Amino acid sequence: MPHIVKSFDAELRRLEEGLARMGGLAETQLAAAIEALENRDSDLAARVMHDDSRVDAGESFINEQTVKVLALRAPVADDLRTVVAALKVSGEIERIADLAANAAKRSLVLNQLPPVAPMRSLIRLGRLALELVKDVLDSYLSHDAERALSLRERDQELDDVYSALFREILTYMMEDPRTITPCSHLMFIAKNLERIGDHATNIAELAYYRVTGKTVAEERTKKDVSSFIGADLS
Amino acid sequence: MPDAKMTTRRLAVHYGGKLALKEVDLDIPAGDVTALIGPSGCGKSTFLRCLNRMNDTVEGARVSGEVTLDGKPVYGPDGIDPVLLRARVGMVFQRPNPFPKSIYDNVAFGPRLHGLAAEGEEMDRVVRSGLERAGLWAEVKDRLHEKGTGISGGQQQRLCIARAIAIEPEVILMDEPCSALDPIATAKIEELIDELRENFTIVIVTHSMQQAARVSQFTAFFHLGQIIEVGATEQVFTAPRNELTQGYITGRFG
Repeated sequence: MPHIVKSFDAELRRLEEGLARMGGLAETQLAAAIEALENRDSDLAARVMHDDSRVDAGESFINEQTVKVLALRAPVADDLRTVVAALKVSGEIERIADLAANAAKRSLVLNQLPPVAPMRSLIRLGRLALELVKDVLDSYLSHDAERALSLRERDQELDDVYSALFREILTYMMEDPRTITPCSHLMFIAKNLERIGDHATNIAELAYYRVTGKTVAEERTKKDVSSFIGADLS
Repeated sequence: MPDAKMTTRRLAVHYGGKLALKEVDLDIPAGDVTALIGPSGCGKSTFLRCLNRMNDTVEGARVSGEVTLDGKPVYGPDGIDPVLLRARVGMVFQRPNPFPKSIYDNVAFGPRLHGLAAEGEEMDRVVRSGLERAGLWAEVKDRLHEKGTGISGGQQQRLCIARAIAIEPEVILMDEPCSALDPIATAKIEELIDELRENFTIVIVTHSMQQAARVSQFTAFFHLGQIIEVGATEQVFTAPRNELTQGYITGRFG
């Protein structure tokens, strides 16, 4: 149902459109970063690094718009949740884009070194992260709380692939110490992609909160076990 | 919810042939502020007036159902005597309505009526205490014998609160007490409500959503003579359970 005061609806719409734009931009950035890694495309990587400021500008817009709506409209109930969630989601999107830009930056180094085999698994991890980000943003913008909740499970898949990749990279480094430099960069990029999954999960939880007014209660069990690799915990 | 100071069960009010309130059940928690919100004509003021039998004086008003104060019936053959009831359940109205008497006599009016204090030093103490608790003492202590109608609107409203609390009621009903006041006077009344909560149970009808959010611990939303939703104020304003409540408080109604 629309508000009696139409300009309030217009302001909330501006907020939503700002998030959609920002989310779309972050998706593009992440997709381009993965493509730059896969094709060893340094020009594309440089463009990703340069365009990160556009996502930052998107976040500033959301921040300003949010403060304005809070001050002038004193929103309550679902309006309040929409405004507060927008503020937090924009922060999550900014982090996602930042991690994508960092992956692009590392690809510049990788492109000057001989290719290493685990790159294929890394690309797979990147595609999973990208898909998750897309689906989560869709569920947020379409107010689909149930879908958002179900997407949290997908982050688990991402964590599993990350843990496997971690082991794979370790194996390569042990076999051939000359791969340690590229593999270290790969390791950081993999960690970035895994973090992107966490930010996507946060957006899914905010989508659920925005629609239902409830926070996602139960703590998701973490199955990224890479923190324990190398330790004898038996 | 904490213990109920007052309760209503199947409380209904007819004005002539018109049903203004339809079987309302509500518990008024002791020592808290309960805000009644809802569009004009929703029954919230009618409900408020049932709590101290103010509707008795309204031509053609018929009240049915139960109201209790500390578990004792307010209406019916076993009901509390209305004069005593109104001493225990005081009221503050929308427009400040001090009597055309001195500030002193305004506050002393109730204690005199109910014989609560002897003239002289004892009454002076009662008047001072009422004005102090209403946050008005410092402003009027040098002109206690000037007319109560001669002070500002915000001061008049605090004088009415002083008059209401001078007889030590247990419950204070407020019917849009700030709607005729500027934001500073409103803030002073809201601060006062927060302080009074320690000693009194307060029920406030307000058209200002933000005021309900600021001053109350519990909020009840009335619509077409019924309670649609009642809950902790924080819950009602962040995640209302009912669509109608959400529509009203966010300004999407109608």
